[in-house]
Amino acid sequence: MSNPADLKYTESHEWVRTEADGSITIGITQHAQELLGDMVFVETPAVGRKVKAKEEVAVVESVKAAADVYAPVSGEVTAVNSELDSAPEAINADPYGAWMFKMKPDNAADVAALLDATAYQAVVDSEAH
Amino acid sequence: MLKKTPLNAAHRAMGAKMVDFGGWDMPVNYGSQIDEHHQVRNDVGMFDVCHMRVVDAKGDGVRAFLRYLLANNADKITIPGKALYSAMLRPNGGVIDDLIIYFMSEQWFRIVVNAGTADKDIAWMKEQAATHAPSLTITSRDDLAMVAIQGPNARAKVWQVLPQTKAATEKLVNFQAADCGEYFVARTGYTGEDGFEVMLPKEKVEEFWYALNKAGVPPIGLGARDTLRLEAGMNLYGQDMDESVGPLESGLGWTVDLKSERDFIGKAALLANPPSKQLVGLVLLDRGVLRGHQKVFTAQGEGEITSGSFSPTLERSIALARVPNSVKIGDTVQVEIRDKKLNAQVVKYPFARNGKGLI
Repeated sequence: MSNPADLKYTESHEWVRTEADGSITIGITQHAQELLGDMVFVETPAVGRKVKAKEEVAVVESVKAAADVYAPVSGEVTAVNSELDSAPEAINADPYGAWMFKMKPDNAADVAALLDATAYQAVVDSEAH
Repeated sequence: MLKKTPLNAAHRAMGAKMVDFGGWDMPVNYGSQIDEHHQVRNDVGMFDVCHMRVVDAKGDGVRAFLRYLLANNADKITIPGKALYSAMLRPNGGVIDDLIIYFMSEQWFRIVVNAGTADKDIAWMKEQAATHAPSLTITSRDDLAMVAIQGPNARAKVWQVLPQTKAATEKLVNFQAADCGEYFVARTGYTGEDGFEVMLPKEKVEEFWYALNKAGVPPIGLGARDTLRLEAGMNLYGQDMDESVGPLESGLGWTVDLKSERDFIGKAALLANPPSKQLVGLVLLDRGVLRGHQKVFTAQGEGEITSGSFSPTLERSIALARVPNSVKIGDTVQVEIRDKKLNAQVVKYPFARNGKGLI
């Protein structure tokens, strides 16, 4: 699966979709879920929490390992996907559909400055070597 | 440079995700670790265990030597092919390794040791033999490969592929092996399921692997091997035990015979230092995943998780933990996971065996 071109990405393997109202939706990438393997637990942040860019906001645990999920930009958490509580494996099946949380960014320019699909692929490729 | 087993190319051809496992390039899974786990509990799967080492101890007095070398008593196995699980200790009681010995004859015991510890094990055995049994030969069988076939349908699949071994192996009880010429077949394993571990010449192992696969036996990675063995309550060297702890604090008390007259390496240290800790099972009551090295808080003091994971059979998180001796089955304890303390219940392990959850 290639990385969708309409999304933004972080070096720490989150994907970011900008919604019509300016909010952003965050999940983890295909590459990240492949590295982690079968997901068994997702811990999402509290709605209303104010976070800074690169701050740990959520945790995904696979059978193999736990991994932190980071805020791509500074802002406020506005929603979480509680369906992942009972079905964490949705992240394996559809990483770009199984979103984890939504944020209202402090500054829209921060989102525009994130990696595009091509730049993110370069990060993935460099990690493989 | 990572070491490779003779099945390395086969793993890649079958789509394995490969990882560095203690210096070996090994398959962690071929897709979904959870699917592979259930496959073994419900049907059959095969594991590349060529990285483990087969050692033959041969000569006069081999039994007497093993009686002194090992914490478990080699005198317990008198029927040819019978196997015994034992720890091998340092004089201070620390565990050098856990291993399986097979009694083949009074001139020949076969020993299978862990991959990561094989070199130090063999050096230790040779050093002890030089002092206590100089006529023995201790030979690392680097010419042999090993495949484990595990699951309720494992034996039938092996007989389908190696019909010439059926007559000699169908009457084997659990923990017994038969020497079938090129194939040494043992009814042992590390998953809590029925099955065979087959030792065979290295040059034949790839053909055997593909023949099993053609007969419907899928390959299983080290990921599922770890969750299967944890559910089965089997200790893993380097996690649940090592040279810094004694066998009585590592869940191996049942293998250590301190009552008989027999002397063995480490016995005096074990008698002089009664254990203050024990290995227990934990089941997480809150949501999360238990992992090795997390702290355990009990009313009697602190402990530590030695192995923890998600249990695919129980669909909750389980662990082995070293906790104070006075902690009881049924107690509720707290486990520190990141910055939170979550509740877990102390249980008697194994957690699952023969396809079923036991908790």
